[in-house]
Amino acid sequence: MPAQPRFPAVSRLLHWTMAVMVLIMLCIGVAMVVSLGDYHALVSIHRPLGIAILILVVVRFVNRLINPPPPLPATMSRAERLAATASELAMYGLMLVLPLVGWGMLSAARYPIVLHGSVHLPFILPHNAVLYAVLRKAHTILAYLFFLTFMAHVGAILFHTLIVRDGMLRRMAP
Amino acid sequence: MSTYLEAPVETERRPLSIAITVARLALIGVALVVVAGAFAYLGGWLSPNNLTPARFTDAFERVDGVHAGFRRNHAKGVGVSGVFESNGNGARFSKAAVFHPGRVPVVGRFSLSGGQPDVADGADAVRGLGLQFNLPDGEVWRTAMINLPVFPFRTPEAFYQRLVASKPDPNTGKPDPAAVQAFLDRHPEIVQAMNVIKGQPLASGFDNSTFHGLNAFRLVNSTGSSVPVRWVLTPMQPFEAASTASSVQDKNYLFDALIAQIHRQPLRWQLILVIGQPGDPTHDATVAWPAGRERVDVGTLTLDRVDAEDTSAATDINFDPLVLPAGIAPSDDPLLSARSAVYSQSFTRREGEAKQPSPITPADVHRGD
Repeated sequence: MPAQPRFPAVSRLLHWTMAVMVLIMLCIGVAMVVSLGDYHALVSIHRPLGIAILILVVVRFVNRLINPPPPLPATMSRAERLAATASELAMYGLMLVLPLVGWGMLSAARYPIVLHGSVHLPFILPHNAVLYAVLRKAHTILAYLFFLTFMAHVGAILFHTLIVRDGMLRRMAP
Repeated sequence: MSTYLEAPVETERRPLSIAITVARLALIGVALVVVAGAFAYLGGWLSPNNLTPARFTDAFERVDGVHAGFRRNHAKGVGVSGVFESNGNGARFSKAAVFHPGRVPVVGRFSLSGGQPDVADGADAVRGLGLQFNLPDGEVWRTAMINLPVFPFRTPEAFYQRLVASKPDPNTGKPDPAAVQAFLDRHPEIVQAMNVIKGQPLASGFDNSTFHGLNAFRLVNSTGSSVPVRWVLTPMQPFEAASTASSVQDKNYLFDALIAQIHRQPLRWQLILVIGQPGDPTHDATVAWPAGRERVDVGTLTLDRVDAEDTSAATDINFDPLVLPAGIAPSDDPLLSARSAVYSQSFTRREGEAKQPSPITPADVHRGD
């Protein structure tokens, strides 16, 4: 069995940078909604970090077209391949949709979306109470979904690394 | 590590014993449980007694009930709009565009404290004025002010405990006096603040009330230097003391008077910045700054239009005191972040509910147009 092919260096850099950002983002998100004293400080990080993730996921998608991922290990069954592809697709989708829903819900509520100082984003939706309420709920549900997908991703990698031992982690190891 | 990576595949793929497989699976399970546990801890699931924005908002709902579509506090109100004309005096302290000489449009809302949108107007209720200044470059400044010279509560926890103690006893219909007294005994700063509040004569209406921003902020100017600040709106309508007679007033007498006054002529306030000195407390809204602090008149607020909640642009605005333009920054006052968090919770709840008609109707507001 030949050594596992690895992801290109740019892809690995993007993966680990975004992994850290997304994990911080999920933690801030779940903490800020139950916080009084730290609420403002956390929100002030949450908004620009979300926009940074939105920009990076577009970069990452373009990079994926330029630098296609190496083939999946031969040890994976058809079902496993399907699950891997689906979860990957879900994570790409969530990294794109969650910031957009956040931006959209703040727009519908007319909360200024301040990145830093006087730099702020334009509103992308009309001022509408129902739109805000629906998107606000969707933001929470999608974030929990992202956390579950993240857990499945980590669990699957650990399983392959410790039980199947097919060197799956080496494809992406920094 | 590299030797391991390049180890022959055959040795690596030797079948695991059942014991080792189970141990490794357990390790994976433990790792996932730890991550999930950390997430649950951050999300507050492991600390059900912590005060959160949701529990704070629940307390308002327990005291005043749930009135779908209305703010959980300061529920009764009317929308207003007009203009702020800056004279440029504030630019020395803050780079915010609102302090450049010129005019910016303003949307606002007068309100009374409490969670009941149809409560009868009374002299005891705290009068509120929320404002949104729409700056020319798309920035926004929001402030929610009240007619008290100091705030009775230093921390969100004190406010919450007072709220809980103020819930009427089902038997007497009044808050339990023993609980209220026990609470005040623990918080001498509230008694002091209440004395300051009682020492200020109460104005007859919204139009001649002084509105205080209460919390301290920081102003940052174009050179990057910052000063502590509190702001006050002082009415240009002459002061008249509230009647002490116990005659029964009309249910909406404060709002009816406000509506009639705005129809007669625009109402005006001067926006005063009170500039703090080093050492003035910025983290304690229960304490007034010493007299003699520099007071800078930075411009005039003119309100010339009033609308019922059903049609006002102010209805779907959350007057979050931390929606600030560059040049105005939060202080270390713990109430600010807490207000932002609880206002946001109240806003999210009411925006998701079917809106009920406002007790002060469009017909009330446009009578005499």
